[in-house]
Amino acid sequence: MTTMTVKGSRRRTTGAVRRGVRRNLTAYGFLCAALICFAFFSWYPMVREFLLSFQKTNFVGPPEWVGLDNFRTVIDDSAFAPAWINTAAFTGLALIVGYAVPFVAAIVLNELRHAKAYLRFVVYLPVMLPPAVAVLLFKWFYDPGPGLFNQILGFVHLPGLSWLDSTSTALISLVIVSTWMNLGTGTLIYLAALQSIPSELYEAAELDGAGLFKRIWHVTVPQTKLILLVMLLLQIVATMQVFIEPYLLTGGGPENATVTVAYLMYQYAFSFGNFGGGGALGLMLMIVLMVFSAIYLRVSRDDKN
Amino acid sequence: MKPRNLAILLAAGLALGAAGCGGSDSGSTPEATSSQGSAAPSGDAPVSFSIGCKPPKSNPKEAAQWDADVAAFQKLNPNITIDSKDAFPCIVPETFQAKLAGGEMEDAFYVYYTDVQKIIASGQAADITPYLDTVSTLKDIRPDVMSVFKSGDKVYGIPRTNYGTGLVYNRKLFTQAGLDPDAPPKTWTEVQAAAKKIAALGPGYVGYGEYSAGNTGGWHFTVSIYGRGGEMVSPDGKTAAFNSPEGKAVLENLKTMRWTDNSMGTKQLLRWEDLMRMMGSGKLGMMIGAPDVVQAVNNDFKGKFEDYGVTALPEAKASLSGGDGYMFNPKATPEQIKAGLKWLEYRFLTPGQGQFNYERSKTDGLPVGLPTTDLYGSAPEGVKINEQRTQFATVPVDHFKPYVEGAANIPFKLEPPKAQEIYAVLDTAMSAVLTRQDANIDQLLSDAEKKVNNILAKSS
Repeated sequence: MTTMTVKGSRRRTTGAVRRGVRRNLTAYGFLCAALICFAFFSWYPMVREFLLSFQKTNFVGPPEWVGLDNFRTVIDDSAFAPAWINTAAFTGLALIVGYAVPFVAAIVLNELRHAKAYLRFVVYLPVMLPPAVAVLLFKWFYDPGPGLFNQILGFVHLPGLSWLDSTSTALISLVIVSTWMNLGTGTLIYLAALQSIPSELYEAAELDGAGLFKRIWHVTVPQTKLILLVMLLLQIVATMQVFIEPYLLTGGGPENATVTVAYLMYQYAFSFGNFGGGGALGLMLMIVLMVFSAIYLRVSRDDKN
Repeated sequence: MKPRNLAILLAAGLALGAAGCGGSDSGSTPEATSSQGSAAPSGDAPVSFSIGCKPPKSNPKEAAQWDADVAAFQKLNPNITIDSKDAFPCIVPETFQAKLAGGEMEDAFYVYYTDVQKIIASGQAADITPYLDTVSTLKDIRPDVMSVFKSGDKVYGIPRTNYGTGLVYNRKLFTQAGLDPDAPPKTWTEVQAAAKKIAALGPGYVGYGEYSAGNTGGWHFTVSIYGRGGEMVSPDGKTAAFNSPEGKAVLENLKTMRWTDNSMGTKQLLRWEDLMRMMGSGKLGMMIGAPDVVQAVNNDFKGKFEDYGVTALPEAKASLSGGDGYMFNPKATPEQIKAGLKWLEYRFLTPGQGQFNYERSKTDGLPVGLPTTDLYGSAPEGVKINEQRTQFATVPVDHFKPYVEGAANIPFKLEPPKAQEIYAVLDTAMSAVLTRQDANIDQLLSDAEKKVNNILAKSS
């Protein structure tokens, strides 16, 4: 009798599991697709990169384990310190310039009464350009001779600058390109956040006599605090990987003034054929970025709670 | 389609795709290619091999010539099947390693001279020494050209083109500036004077252009110091040797032209395509380069053959050799290598045939007459090639006469070990001199020397 009851119970449990699986089959299918994508295009390359940083390989024979040799090689490289300093400086400058500009643009767009859709499109337009095209456009803007920027400076009787050709202006020139290219995305995200702020808050602030700047400071900023923080962290993670601007505009020069970690990584892997060195640099950069990513996850979790 | 079916289909498709990707390597193992390419080691057993750098579809005339040569070769050798892969450009550093890693590299792959020693040192090319007795023309190829593909006594590749570096100049601008295009500069002092006159033509005109970014600056520093009789590294390859009077002269010459003469334009950090574009636009007077520059400017940068000339590198005591060739995948079987060598000889090494079939090129309307290939020097093959090149010339050969005559007496020199790393270091010195008026040349060379010594110490 007891045996029959146990068997019946097992049968019921198996049936429930089967029903559960059948009911969620669609979800499992989509989940599998996503997992396979992530596994092959994100996790597998990350694991390979991690292993590469401890190996010497020619991709023909079996790789040789070399311990920390690749790390020693890249740390001893004369371009290693400038690469990290430039990357940090680029990130810092990109925050000062590139972080504030989209927020201000979003506030202005939000306050506009006319031509809102048109201006939103105009602001987002640079994002639609392929990055290489946008960067090469700036190569002409920055030309010290007939370039657009020096023509404008000349028009207002100011001396022309060397832009990319000077160690003092090359990095900030890259920041300007990067800011222009990414302005649209940031602006749209901020705009969405601004539009979710209840209009009653602004009305109440106005009744209390708050002017434009007070309304921004006491209503807009607190209400968008979380999105501002998340965007800050995402921007740090993105800008620390800066590559295409130095690759296309300056080749890391002049005098290593724009060599970045990602650019040096490229040099090791593809110019020097030293994938181990490139992998070591990539791993170092990944660890730094993981810190910011962890903060981002923490912030996101706090938001959910 | 129902969401459930869509999800299952998506997951199954991705899984199959991923499995397909993972398995792509297996077909390229020596065992696999051996069984596909050559069932038995016999000389007449069927064998197939893949080869890169077939002219691209965008270049239909050259592609058709290649196809015709393949058909003729296969008719002569019915047991050999050639699997041609077209590509433009023929080699991309970003995909080279990926193709090797993914088992997609051709059995015979294309290389520039710049990469050859790096590939040999990395063990990424097969040693073809045991199979060279089948290449009858090899004994007449210039020893200095063959040395590009050698490491010790072993040979790892076959040259396709070879040239020494000279000075490319715009004949039209020379005339406009009151200079004689038939008497190009022979000394650096004459180059300076000519550059000043060309720059004086007006805004936007650049007398002399030079690279300084993306490792190209270091490359041209090497060309210049070799020309002045200097060395990049010590004979044993263990220390830097460019912090020398010759190295200093290279940078001082550039500094004078850039800041005293103002003949090098304001825009610097130039790379390969920048100078090509400037040359093609007709605003650049002179640059270091070989006849292949004229070909590239004509084909891809809207220049015209007749507007350009090439002369020997001024005051040259030696010349960095440039060119390209083929190497073999280490996974290729001996039969594939032998078949590949047979094809390379047929297509690239035989006078009157393949790339040297100038009569056909003339009939097809392709440019003939550029001295882009000097594989044999004064050997009978070389003499025959030069005769036919002149006989069927379609470009003004006189424009390249100073180069041909001058280069004949200038010995070739190879690139230094760890070339790309050294070039990257010297980019700094080149960019400093061209972008900073107060650049301290002694300090720049001394800093670069320390860095290069560090690189060489690690590699030895």
